[in-house]
Amino acid sequence: MQNEMKLEFDSRSCNESFARVTVAAFLTQLDPTLEEVSDVKTAVSEAVTNAIIHGYEGRVEKVTILCRLEGRELYVEVRDEGKGIADVALAMEPLFTTKEECDRAGMGFSFMEAFMDSLEVESAPGQGTCVKMRKRIGREAGDGGGAGKEGSLGSSRAECMEKVKQERS
Amino acid sequence: MNQVFTIVGTAMTIHLPAELDHHSSEQIQVEADRLIRTHNIRSLLFDFGGTSFMDSSGIGMIIGRYKMMRFMGGNVLAIRVSEQMRRILTMSGIYKVIDIYEGMPQQSELY
Repeated sequence: MQNEMKLEFDSRSCNESFARVTVAAFLTQLDPTLEEVSDVKTAVSEAVTNAIIHGYEGRVEKVTILCRLEGRELYVEVRDEGKGIADVALAMEPLFTTKEECDRAGMGFSFMEAFMDSLEVESAPGQGTCVKMRKRIGREAGDGGGAGKEGSLGSSRAECMEKVKQERS
Repeated sequence: MNQVFTIVGTAMTIHLPAELDHHSSEQIQVEADRLIRTHNIRSLLFDFGGTSFMDSSGIGMIIGRYKMMRFMGGNVLAIRVSEQMRRILTMSGIYKVIDIYEGMPQQSELY
């Protein structure tokens, strides 16, 4: 069965919780485990927070989420029409952030990658950003879990930032 | 949870909300920084007892306070951490710099 929903809301931080809970509620049709629900909520929260903080930089505009259940798979798309990202590969580097002074950890995309099965980011300056994620729900026993990647962000923040800087220059 | 901050001597506990995201982290950090400065806090405890959700914004908030405490020569602990929250703390690598407890640490471990 295929089932789809679309959600549009203002880019206010108080809507972050609304957005992830709504996607989680939609997902319950696939009878996910608590861990799967938690994984999806975290990933959606990261994408929506990025749209609000980086895409619109505090301006109140619209964030849209498209959600589709395709068999046992969840597809989520989080879209903003904001600033866009000049270098997507750099933005996806663990611990990279443009807003360190705002206590941003730089782990948003890494968390999305870790908690979902696939992540794709489409963006260009001035063209907004679209984050596309997929996750298969209801794995067979012994199939491994979503977060088998613990410690993937293991090296220290300073080391990683240094590495990123070196790669840029 | 009616009180977010509890201060005993130079130890402050931050009772984290049920969901620690960008929205709730921002609300905590300004007041936390003010209290750390004005009360000369040397031990900062993040109490996860009532927390069931956290994303990277929560990690960012904790790292920010950790930097501040380290600069002032203090220490940071996470207490009453559930399995789910431990997963996020482990993934982020933050467990390498702050001590994580499932329950409440002994008084002697605070200083």
